[in-house]
Amino acid sequence: MSRRGRIHESRTALVLAVLIGAAFGLGAFTFDYAEGTSYLSTDPAACVNCHIMRPQYDAWQKSSHHTVARCVDCHLPASGLAKWIAKADNGYRHSKGFTLQDFPEPIRITPGNAEILQANCLRCHGDLVHDLVAGSTTDRDAIECVHCHRDVGHGEQAGLGGADRGLEEELR
Amino acid sequence: MINDGRRAKRGRVFLVLTMLVVAVATAATTALLINITERKEEGRSPYVLLQPVGEDDTDPATWGVNWPSQYDSYLRTAVTTRTRFGGHGGSEAMPAEKIERDPWLKRLFLGYAFSIDYRDRRGHAYMLADQEATERLTKPQSGSCLHCHASIMPLYRELGGGDAMQGFAASHAMSYQEVNAKLHEMDHAHPVSCVDCHTPNTMELRVTRPGFILGIQALAESAAEVPHLPSIQEWRSGDRERPYDPNLDARRSEMRSYVCGQCHVEYYCSSKMPLTFPWGKGLKAEQVEEFWDTTIFPDGTPFLDYVHAETGAPILKAQHPEFELWSQGIHARSGVSCADCHMPYMREGASKVSDHWVRSPLLNINRACQTCHHASEGEMAARVDVIQQRNHDLMQRAAAALMDQLDAIAAAKAAGAGAEQLVPALTLQRKAQWRIDFIAAENSMGFHAPQEAARVLGEAADYARQGQVAAMNWKETGATQ
Repeated sequence: MSRRGRIHESRTALVLAVLIGAAFGLGAFTFDYAEGTSYLSTDPAACVNCHIMRPQYDAWQKSSHHTVARCVDCHLPASGLAKWIAKADNGYRHSKGFTLQDFPEPIRITPGNAEILQANCLRCHGDLVHDLVAGSTTDRDAIECVHCHRDVGHGEQAGLGGADRGLEEELR
Repeated sequence: MINDGRRAKRGRVFLVLTMLVVAVATAATTALLINITERKEEGRSPYVLLQPVGEDDTDPATWGVNWPSQYDSYLRTAVTTRTRFGGHGGSEAMPAEKIERDPWLKRLFLGYAFSIDYRDRRGHAYMLADQEATERLTKPQSGSCLHCHASIMPLYRELGGGDAMQGFAASHAMSYQEVNAKLHEMDHAHPVSCVDCHTPNTMELRVTRPGFILGIQALAESAAEVPHLPSIQEWRSGDRERPYDPNLDARRSEMRSYVCGQCHVEYYCSSKMPLTFPWGKGLKAEQVEEFWDTTIFPDGTPFLDYVHAETGAPILKAQHPEFELWSQGIHARSGVSCADCHMPYMREGASKVSDHWVRSPLLNINRACQTCHHASEGEMAARVDVIQQRNHDLMQRAAAALMDQLDAIAAAKAAGAGAEQLVPALTLQRKAQWRIDFIAAENSMGFHAPQEAARVLGEAADYARQGQVAAMNWKETGATQ
C-alpha cells in the first residue's frame, strides 16, 4: 500500500473511532444517568426510579410482607434463566411504556406475571396450602392467592388514575 | 488499479453507512436522555411557584400560571358531557328543561320558582353564568344563592368588615342582584375557584364556606351516627373544648369529600334566615326532615320552602343532597371520597395530578372505578346502569303515586273539603314530596347509595298512597284531627 493510502486509512480509522467513541460515551452516560445498573440489583428503590410505581412502592411499605419480601421476591422467578427472561421482558415493556407513554390505564399485572406471582406465593406458603390450591399455577380456573389476599403485598389499595390523553380521547 | 479504485469506493460507502448508523443511534440515545431528564424533572418538582397567590386571588387564571395541569383540566368543565341520566340535552347555549321531560316535577313545584325554570346541569364553568341567566330571577331571590355560585369569600369579608362569618350572616337579607352587582364591582365574579378549596401557596385542601362550617359543627354536636367520618367520632370522644373544625380535625381523605360538601348538599337558601345546612339531627332524609320540621323562622312562623299552589301544603324543597346521600352509601363507608371518583388521579408523565375536570365517573371509568374494581369498563358501566335504571323506575312509580294523591286532594276540595279536613292529606303530601325530591334532585340517579335511595322512594310511595287514602276519606280522617 502507498504511503498516501496508509495515511488515508488511518485517518478513516481515527474518524470512526471518534464517532463511535462519542456515541458510546453518550450511551454510557445515558445508562448511568438513568441508573441502569440499579436494575441489576434487588433493591426495591430501583422500581421507583421512574416514579410510576410510587403508589405501589408506598403501599408495599405499609403491607404485611414488606419485612420479608422485596419487589423481586414476588414479581420475578426465584432463579435461573426464567428470572433473567422475566426481567428482560418486564424491563423492555416498562421502559417502552414509560418513554412513549402508551400503556393502558389502570396498570394491571399481565397474565404471565400473575403466574410468576402465584408461584412465588407457593414458594414460601406451598406447604401450608397445597391441599387448597392444587394446580393453581397451571389450571385456567384455579384460585389465585391474591384473589382474596390482595392487600398482603401492597397494603391498602394503591391506585393511580392514568394519563390525560387529550380532549378527543377523553370524550370517546 | 481497478481493484484499488473499487476498494476505495467500498471504503467510502462503508464510511458513509457507519456515519449514518452512528448518527441515528446517537440521535436516539440523546432523545432518550432528554426523555429521562424530563421524567426525572416531573418526578422531582410537582410545581414551580411563578406567581404568588393570596386569599383575594379569585381568578383561576392567576393560579393557573403555577398549576397549569390542574387549571387546564378545570377549564374543561365547560365541555358538554352526557351520561344516560345526567348531563344535558338541549343546545350548547342552553340545557334542556327538566320540567318538560318529567311533567310531574312541574306539578311538584307549583308555587315555587323551580316550576318556572329547571334545567339540566352543566359543568362548574357555567355555575355563575347559568344562575345569572335563569328565569327564576324573575321572582325575588336572596343574596344567599351566591354562597355556592361564585368565588364569594372576599365579598363576605368586605361585607363583614373583615369577618367573613358576619358578611355571610348579612348577605341573606340582601337581594341576589345587589350581591351579584357587588361581586362584579369587586372583580370576583368567577365560578368556584382554586382559592375556595385550597390554601394559597401550600395548596392544602381546606373548606371556606360558612354554611358548611356551621352545618358540620352542628352534625358533630348531634348524636347522629357518622361511621364514614372518623374525625367527627374522634372529636365527640374528646373534651369538646372548642367546636369541631373541619380544617383542623378532618383527615385528608375526609377533606376530599368536605370540599365538595361545601355546596353539593341540601340547604335553606332564601331571605328569611341565613343559608342553613340542616345537619343538626343527622344526614338521612328523615333526620333532615325532622330538622326542618322543628325549625322556626326568626319571624316566628314554622319552617317551609313554599306553599304548594294547588293544594296549599307547606312544602320542603330538597336541593341536591349529594353529600347526604353519599354518606349513606357503601363507598362512603369504605372510605371512598368524592374526589376519588369525580377527580381521580391521573398521570402527566412522571407526575400525579388530580383531574380538576369534575364530571361523572361514568365518563372516566378506567381511572374512577377500575383502580379498585377489577372488572372491565363495559362490566362497570353495566353495573351502574342496572342501579340507575332501577332507581329511575322506582322514582317514576313514587311520582305516579304522588300525582294520584294530588288528584285525590283536588277531588276532595271540589267536593267541599275545608283546610282543616285536609290537614292529614297535606301533611302526608309534604312527607312524600320531600322524599321524592330528595332522590330526584340528587345528582346520581340513586347511585351514591342505591339501597338508601330505594328505601326513601319506597317511603315516598307509601306516604303518597296513605295521603291519597286520607284525601279520599277526608270526611272521616279530617274529623278525627
